[in-house]
Amino acid sequence: MAVIRMSMRYIRNEILVLPTRVIAVVFVLALLLMPLLTQDMYILRILAIASIFAIFAASWDLLSGFVGQVSFGHALFFGVAAYTTALLNLRLGWPPFVTIPIGALAAVLVGLLVGIPCLRLKGPYLGLATLAFPIMLMGIIFVFPGFFGGELGISGITRLASLRIHEYYIAVVLMLVLCYIMWKITDSKIGIIFHAIREDEIAVRASGINTIKFKLLAFCLSGLFAGIAGGLYTHFLRIAGPSMLAVLMSFQAIIWTIFGGIATIYGAVVGVFILFPTLEVLRAASEYRMLIFALIVLMVLRVMPEGITTFIRDKLERECPRCKVRNAFNRKECRVCYSEMR
Amino acid sequence: MLSDILVYGLMNGAVYAMLAVGFSLIFGAARIINLAHTAFFMLAAYAVFYFGTSMAFHPIIAIPLSIVIVTLIGVFVYYVFMEPIREHETAVLIITVAVALVFQELILIIFGGHYRGVSSIVSGYISPMGIRISYQYLLTIGVVSLSLVAVWLVLMKTRLGVAIRSSAQDREVANLMGMNVARIAAATMAISVGLAAIAGVMVAPLYTLEPHMWLDPLVLVLAIVILGGLGSIKGSFIGAMILAFIEVTVVFTMPGGSFLKVAIALAIMLVILVVRPEGLYGVYMEGER
Repeated sequence: MAVIRMSMRYIRNEILVLPTRVIAVVFVLALLLMPLLTQDMYILRILAIASIFAIFAASWDLLSGFVGQVSFGHALFFGVAAYTTALLNLRLGWPPFVTIPIGALAAVLVGLLVGIPCLRLKGPYLGLATLAFPIMLMGIIFVFPGFFGGELGISGITRLASLRIHEYYIAVVLMLVLCYIMWKITDSKIGIIFHAIREDEIAVRASGINTIKFKLLAFCLSGLFAGIAGGLYTHFLRIAGPSMLAVLMSFQAIIWTIFGGIATIYGAVVGVFILFPTLEVLRAASEYRMLIFALIVLMVLRVMPEGITTFIRDKLERECPRCKVRNAFNRKECRVCYSEMR
Repeated sequence: MLSDILVYGLMNGAVYAMLAVGFSLIFGAARIINLAHTAFFMLAAYAVFYFGTSMAFHPIIAIPLSIVIVTLIGVFVYYVFMEPIREHETAVLIITVAVALVFQELILIIFGGHYRGVSSIVSGYISPMGIRISYQYLLTIGVVSLSLVAVWLVLMKTRLGVAIRSSAQDREVANLMGMNVARIAAATMAISVGLAAIAGVMVAPLYTLEPHMWLDPLVLVLAIVILGGLGSIKGSFIGAMILAFIEVTVVFTMPGGSFLKVAIALAIMLVILVVRPEGLYGVYMEGER
């Protein structure tokens, strides 16, 4: 009884007080309960792929939004993990729960390999140099079509799980867990150093912090999460193709994250869950699909340049002028210190 | 083969130099990474296809008309979508991608996805020492050189040029000196898109037109400006020549070269970047370190 009362009080005091938290909880519950509401495989499939891409976009946000190491070649991690996973699965017959972690480790290794030469580069130089890596890898893949499957990619990979519903839950639960971990990382002490590196790297170095170590750590962490996404995607679609390394793949992650709100993690998730299904719905208007999509992105960013979540959060919540706790927009006084909200 | 490398390298280098100089200019003056830059190039090529082939205008009318229209579109895009949200650099970046996608899709809807060609402005060729060079190539190289010299003169000798260079050096101080930096940026955008448009109309007869033709040059232009140093005109020009010759040499000498040409060009860019993190002629501004 006491436990129930405690949890009720927690829900009332910590979740229901803030509209954005209510939205987040409703979103998570809706994702988890979706298979009860609909048995439509098409909808579940879209949501599962959106979950996988949400991990990918959030990993870009971790590296570029938080640490400020803007990467235009994030598809490299995705693609390396996808190809590693696919080759291990097809050539050696290893099951998904072995191949996906190994694929992610391969992406971490690549993150180190890319991170080390990129340490000296800053700002746009870094972004445009990282753009080069997936394109170079794609060139190699086309030159050895026998091993990498060339233009068609590698197909015939085993499924993530035997049942569709299991695949859905693996994707969604992994997305929720991994994004929560990423969010916690950005909230931790490491996250504060990441923020500081983005704002002023020299000041961080002057404070006696080894920025090289933390930048490499960011590359590895981001590679790890993007790699998991890449492995999941490969096993879900049962194909690994060169399109996973394409420039468009890297830019998709950037578009989703900036659309949703950069440097927030949840913004990346929101961006994917708005834009990816939108693109699917627009299949109805086949010819005008990409045009409408581009116009939506254009107009939304023109009106809300900080991204959709930041815009909505600022509309729904205000910061207490005294204790800096966030409050719902309609409160007259702060929920913690009772000072007047102006 | 050597002569082919020379001719194609010079030709591609000239076109890339046009694109890279424009890209570099707008980055310098407004700190905008304009990923729609090569989309304007594509737009100009299609405009000349539309006016020259579909409407059957004479090239003397069709070409300047295309350049002017594309430049106006560029200034319009700058004022409507980039200027109001200039402080949000990441949003501007994605807006330029979205603009490029809009152009690509509009062209796909209007002209369809099949390959289009434009007939040459001048036909015939000369063959000094057995090398066959068509007049269109000579014309393109000539126009590109003239435009680059003109841009150089504008930047070095006119008040506008001084204003552009000063706002590239330090936007805030330029603003404090009483310059209208927004208008300078718009003028720079016009020059930058104008250069892309000139490149577009000149290569329209040489390239095959298709709605995705902006992507490959974009990657190379990005590599070139990084190699040469962001914001440096000289660097962009030299970078363009280096990468164009590498690309052409790879295509002509290596098996599977057309798959590897971009990869090798980018690998060389990376090597140079590791040695010189600010590119060949780039400088780190004190405040942006």
